[in-house]
Parts: sequence; C-alpha cells; structure tokens
Amino acid sequence: MSRAALIGGLAALAALLFAASLMAGKAWVPPSAWFSADPLWWIVVELRLPRAILALAIGAALGLSGAVLQGYLRNPLADPAVLGVSSCAALGAVAAITLSAMAAPLLLFGAAMAGAGGAMLLLAALAWRSESPVAFVLAGTVLASLAGALTAFLISIAPNPLAVAEVMDWIMGALTDRSFAEVRLALPFLAAGCGLLLFTGRALDALTLGEDAARSMGVRMDRVRLLVVLGTGLAVGASVAVTGVVGFVGLIVPHLLRPLAGARPGALLLPSVLGGAALLLAADSLVRLAPGAGEVRLGVAMALLGAPFFLVLLLRERRRAWI
Amino acid sequence: MDLTVSDLSVTLGGRKVLDAVAARLQPGRVTAILGPNGSGKSTLVKALAGLIDLDAGHVRIGGRLVQRIDPRERARTIGYLPQDATVHWNLAVRELVALGRLPHRSPFAGPSAADESAVIAALAATGTLALADRAVDTLSGGERARVQLARVLAGTPDWLLADEPLASLDPAHQLGLLERLRGLAEAGMGVVVVLHDLVQAARAADEVLLLRDGRVIAFAPAREALAHQPLREAFGVEVMVVPDAEGRLLPIPIGRS
Repeated sequence: MSRAALIGGLAALAALLFAASLMAGKAWVPPSAWFSADPLWWIVVELRLPRAILALAIGAALGLSGAVLQGYLRNPLADPAVLGVSSCAALGAVAAITLSAMAAPLLLFGAAMAGAGGAMLLLAALAWRSESPVAFVLAGTVLASLAGALTAFLISIAPNPLAVAEVMDWIMGALTDRSFAEVRLALPFLAAGCGLLLFTGRALDALTLGEDAARSMGVRMDRVRLLVVLGTGLAVGASVAVTGVVGFVGLIVPHLLRPLAGARPGALLLPSVLGGAALLLAADSLVRLAPGAGEVRLGVAMALLGAPFFLVLLLRERRRAWI
Repeated sequence: MDLTVSDLSVTLGGRKVLDAVAARLQPGRVTAILGPNGSGKSTLVKALAGLIDLDAGHVRIGGRLVQRIDPRERARTIGYLPQDATVHWNLAVRELVALGRLPHRSPFAGPSAADESAVIAALAATGTLALADRAVDTLSGGERARVQLARVLAGTPDWLLADEPLASLDPAHQLGLLERLRGLAEAGMGVVVVLHDLVQAARAADEVLLLRDGRVIAFAPAREALAHQPLREAFGVEVMVVPDAEGRLLPIPIGRS
C-alpha cells in the first residue's frame, strides 16, 4: 500500500469513527437530528463532542508515544508505560483525590501533570548521561513501581471509603462526563507533546543502525533524548490527567500498522497518530453500547480487548518464526 | 583533506584506552589499524569519527577539529561503519541504504533526485542492486556486509572509517570487500579499516598503524610495519614472511614469542 493511501485511509477512518462517536450511545443521535433544536443535539454538543475530541487527541498522543518509544528503544514491546510517566501522573492524581476534600478537575489535572513532570525530572537525573536504552527502561521501571507503591499507600490511608471509590473509578480510565473544561486543559499539552515527538522521525530512522551509527550520521543523541522525554511526558501526562490510565494503545497501534507502513520507525509516526485516534474513538464508542445503565470503563475495555489481541499477534509472529 | 591525530589520549571507565597517539592519514590510501584485542583500535576509529570525548590531543580533518564541526556536516565528510552492524528493524535494503542520505536531507523533506541517484550508485558500487527490494533479515552475512557498506557510501563521504568489516565473512567475501575498499581509495577516498588478519592487512593496506595498550607501536608503510620486530612488539608473535605472486610480503604467524 502506498504511504499516501495508508494515511488517507487512516484519516478517513478516524473521521468516520469521530462521527460515529457523536452518534453512538444509550441515545442514538442520527445525523437528521444534528444542528437542530432537537434536545438530542444537546447531548452531542455538551456530552459527546468533548468526549470525542478527547478520545481523538488522547488516542493520537498514545499511539504516537508508543511508536516513538518503540523506535527510540529499538524494542517492539515498548509502550508509554515503560518510562513510568503514566504511573507517576496517576500517582499525582490519586494524591489530589485522597489528600483534598474535593478534587476539582483543575486540581486533579495539575496534580497529574506535576506527577508526570516529576517523572521526567527523575528520568533525566537517573538516565541522562547513560548512552544505552537499557538504563532508560530500568529507570522507568523503577519509577513505575515506586509510583505504584506510593499510590497503594495513598489508597490505604485514604480518609474515607468514598475517596477510595473515587480513586478506583479514576484509575480504571474513562472518558465519561468529560467536558470542554478538560478539553481546554489537556489539548495544549497533548498538541505540544505530539509536536515534539513528530520531530524525532529522522533520528529514529538512524537509530535502526544503533547509537554509534546514528551519531555518525549527524544525530545529536542528547537532543533526541530531550524530545522523547519531554514529548512523551507532556503527551502521556496530559492523557492520564484527563482519562486515568488507558493502556495498550501505544503498544498495539504501532504493531498493527507496521505491516502496512513498513518497519522504518520514522514512517510509522504519522500513521500511529491517526491509528491511535481511530482505535480510541472506536473503543470509547463501544463501551457506551454495553447493556445496562452503566458503561464498561475504557481502560478496562482496552485491556480486555488488547491483551488477547496482543497474545494472538505474538503467537502468530512466533509461528512465522518457527516455520 | 588529511585526517591528522596529534597527542591523542582517551580514558574510558577510568582506563586509559589511547595514550598519546599521533598519525597523519592521507586520502587516496588504505590505512589499516591493527593490534591485539583491547588495544584501542575501535576507540581510535571512534575518535577519528568525532564520536567520543578526548582527554587530550586533537583530531583534525583538513585542519578543522572534527569535534567542532557541525554533526551533520561531519557526517557528510566522514562515513563510519561500526563494528556492531545490527539492524534493529527489518527494513528493505533500499530503505537501509537510503539512511546514508540522512545527513544530506533537510528536515521533513522527502528524498531528492540526488538522494535517489546516490542510493542507486551505492547499491551498484557494492553489487547489491539486485537485493534492493529484499528485506534485511533475508540476507546472508556477506550480503549484509555489502549493504552496510552501501549505506555509508550513499552518503558520499570523503573518508570511510570501517571497524572490523571483515568479521564473520568467509575468505571469498573478505577478499571481495577488501578489493572494494582498495577501489574506493584509488578513486580518491580516504579509507581507514580495522583488521585482525595480518595477511589481509599486508594485501590491502598502504599504511599500517600498529597499536598496543593504546600506544602506537608503528605507523609506517605496510611492508615496514608488518615486519618481525613491530609484530613481535605489538602482538607477541613470531611471523614467517612469505612473498606472494605480486611481490608483497605476507606475514604468517607461526608461534608466540
């Protein structure tokens, strides 16, 4: 498939799913009711539009972060969680929920971004001078487990069961009841993060041949490291800050697209932006269609769908390797 | 453009890897770097390529300090073929060779006509044109080595620094690759190559730089550097020197001294 056809196709798919996301839910809003005085249209504008915008932007950010990290670490199993940024952002949000009486969206968002920022600083301190991606992953893993332990500690000392319920609810990840306030908060960070990450394409291509070869080809590794840490920090931090933890997008999207876009890491970035957006829009529309009054949590649904899918993918690759 | 090294010292992890190395390398020649394992060969090549920090001394290309040159400009001048030739993603050969054009391309621009033709020329020069659409994973070791060389040549550098390019190649491919390196030098390129085999060095090199423990034992025309005394000093081996059909003297190790 040509690159233009792939990108055009993915963009069309994302646009289609965006429209579907405005229509789908407990109440169906057919296009005939759009832009009318029909109260259903208010559901679209007030409830579904911000939610669809967030799904689009966060899916794009997570897909892109995954593609960049897999290229940077030269490892197809890397995803945004490996740097520990998402765990630290979650820790920030959980701290805001448990330690304050009323977690307003702005406070929650600020605390999560502070957590992500702290993760970036620690990553820089732990792994900046090291040349190898292993040090980076190790530092990220340490950060993630530390943040996990602190999160558990905060839950255990939560002042009341209500706060615990709120934390659990938030941690599972969802886009339910998000408003334009959250869109306004998150969008600038998501855009800035994605913008930085899109500059890494050439360097990721060169890194295919290892770090020494990349540097001999004129790549400044310190600059790439800065772009990767800052870009994923902003993009993933802002994603977690508004949705909670939604996994698997960054892992699956580059995998899905590699057979179509080719293995060159730089060629995978733009398709991963669009593919991530499409995947999260589709998933967020599906969770609303669950029978009963409630919804399946987006994070839970992604894991439920993502894990078996990924397993099948791995098995297929293994079988190909065995033959 | 000469590549000159003066009073070069490098310390890695607290160990002095290069100690007061000096040499003047000339374009149009093949210079072989030889020495026992751990004698600092790879480090010297990296220093020549401007890839590591120096404790003391200078590496200059055409009078300019390599470390001060903008990395992209340096990349257009010096091509470096690392010892570890792992390709981390399964690219097509054509894509891999096109990576050699990265220092020539402006950000976000697609490949130009000049880029395309440089890639084709590099594929042709290494006899890999027929492999262009193959995936790297499907290549043999010999094919892979030629494709890696094509990647460097696609950047049309003035200097080629190759760190043990013959490792893991069979004798026929070793000879083939050395002939290609000779051809590049005859076309005016400066070629620096790390070798392990004394006989291959005697066949291919104009000059030989012998290292031991980070110090230069000899830097001289191949015939002088690959003689009994310098080899004994560098490797601790005795050699038998045998002339080949073209009058070159081939040193064959026969025992430890």
